[in-house]
Amino acid sequence: MRTLFIQLAYVSASVLFILGLRSLTRPDRARRGMQQAAVGMALAIAGTLVNHQILDYRWIALGMVLGALIGYPLGMWVPMTAMPQRIALALSFSALAATLVGIAEYYTGVRSVEGIGHAKAAALGFEVLLGSLTVAGSLVAAGKLQEWITSKPVTFRGQNIINGGIFAFTLGLFAFVVMQPDAARVFYAMLALAFVFGVLFVMPIGGADMPVVVALLNSYSGLAACATGFAIDNVMLIICGALDGASGMILSILMSKAMNRSFANVLFGAFGSDTIDTSARKAGELQVRSITVEDASIQLAYAQLVIIIPGYGMAVAQAQHQVRELAEMIEKRGGEVKYAIHPVAGRMPGHMNVLLAEANIPYDKLYDMDEINSDFDRCDVALVIGANDVVNPAARTDKASPIYGMPILDADKARSIIVLKRSMAAGFAGIENELFYDPKTSMLFGDAKTSLTALIGEMKNV
Amino acid sequence: MMILEIYIFVLAAFTGYMVISRVPPLLHTPLMAATNAISGISLVGSLIMAGAQHNRVATLLGFIAVVCATSNIVGGFLIVDRMLRMFQRTGSGAREAEDRRKAPRRVTDPVA
Repeated sequence: MRTLFIQLAYVSASVLFILGLRSLTRPDRARRGMQQAAVGMALAIAGTLVNHQILDYRWIALGMVLGALIGYPLGMWVPMTAMPQRIALALSFSALAATLVGIAEYYTGVRSVEGIGHAKAAALGFEVLLGSLTVAGSLVAAGKLQEWITSKPVTFRGQNIINGGIFAFTLGLFAFVVMQPDAARVFYAMLALAFVFGVLFVMPIGGADMPVVVALLNSYSGLAACATGFAIDNVMLIICGALDGASGMILSILMSKAMNRSFANVLFGAFGSDTIDTSARKAGELQVRSITVEDASIQLAYAQLVIIIPGYGMAVAQAQHQVRELAEMIEKRGGEVKYAIHPVAGRMPGHMNVLLAEANIPYDKLYDMDEINSDFDRCDVALVIGANDVVNPAARTDKASPIYGMPILDADKARSIIVLKRSMAAGFAGIENELFYDPKTSMLFGDAKTSLTALIGEMKNV
Repeated sequence: MMILEIYIFVLAAFTGYMVISRVPPLLHTPLMAATNAISGISLVGSLIMAGAQHNRVATLLGFIAVVCATSNIVGGFLIVDRMLRMFQRTGSGAREAEDRRKAPRRVTDPVA
């Protein structure tokens, strides 16, 4: 009877999780769907708590209370701009949970009379290897995103060879553990090496590539949970782990595609560290045209169609609300405003959409790159706010450019372009942007928030 | 048992692929937060480890795992809800008021 209840709880939870993820295909249904998934989670926990293997509830109660106390602020108080590092931190938590369960399972298994079989050793080994790699990798990623660790790629000579060597050795230890499941020292050495590899693996990856890495780590933490399922014969863990793994994998492939770079290139390329800049020389000869707030506001006021291209700079300046206000003023004067969102705008997949939604910008005005690019031809003003590499025409034209081939937003096809920018510093990838020297482009220098506030004030007088 | 589990894994991964590849980029951040919350399901393993009284080490490690997994579940589902509440269509404010007049039962969150 009890077993039946547990199994029913697990089946319902799995179904609710899948339906919850499916609801995310429709923004208007997503919230309800995820609330149902939360109910599924409650069912799964209830089902587990009546498991006959649990004899003592004291540590469980304490742990759950403590976890809820930590989880609540992480859910309610973290600002949307800090979402990437928040997710990276959570990934390290989930990987840590999987790893610790794996270690405990191994520790207990080796001491038991029957020992550990080869299959179980393989599952446990895979679990702690991937888990400990993900814990280390996500912590480094979170540190980089929070800028506690430099977000620039950290490289040294022979890095790929050393990292590859460590990884190969770790795999060797894993194979050894599968053959000799009771070799505890080898098991723990593998665990430690996987951790070291996790650190070394993320250190050389630059801040702009973090979306790919975070998505990839998401996939790893899912697979680690999956391996836990194999190790303790729990089907629901296998299902959920597989869902996570698939999701992370899809997102990381989408992100790499959006940057026109292979997976391998993101992971081993240390992009942006030592790129030779070809356009800088050319740019030095060209003039940048700056514009006053008055002229910019007149242009915007009489525009039929304005496409706003927000970048991470907008998020840093916390200017989302000013963007919305300006858009509302343009709309009030009869113009149309659309937002063009590049897939890698922000620091994680879909980050920009969340930031704009937070400022009450309706989501049906947010357009993906493929949907909006044909509209730039008939757009009067393309307003670039804190974006750089995603509008760099060199990606289309300059074969020598490191971002050549990356799909970009065709801002240069607009009738005029206004760029809000702090200074002429290069973008995250460290590449000069030809768009800024285009005769159609005018630059409005200064902090995005200050400039936008000035524009809003000036619009009232036009 | 192992073979059956591999079956389940492959089918679940396939289902996940089919479902998730249709999620629009608009909701990719909530998607990551959601899969993160769901990955808190490793709590299931942690709970048993923390309560099974195998040995002291297992109980301690299980306890820490329970803390980590619970914080992911609580924080994860809260943050997903917080994010999804923010996604509104054009004029939903006005439409909301109209809806309320016509059908008082369908009240959307006024805060967002």
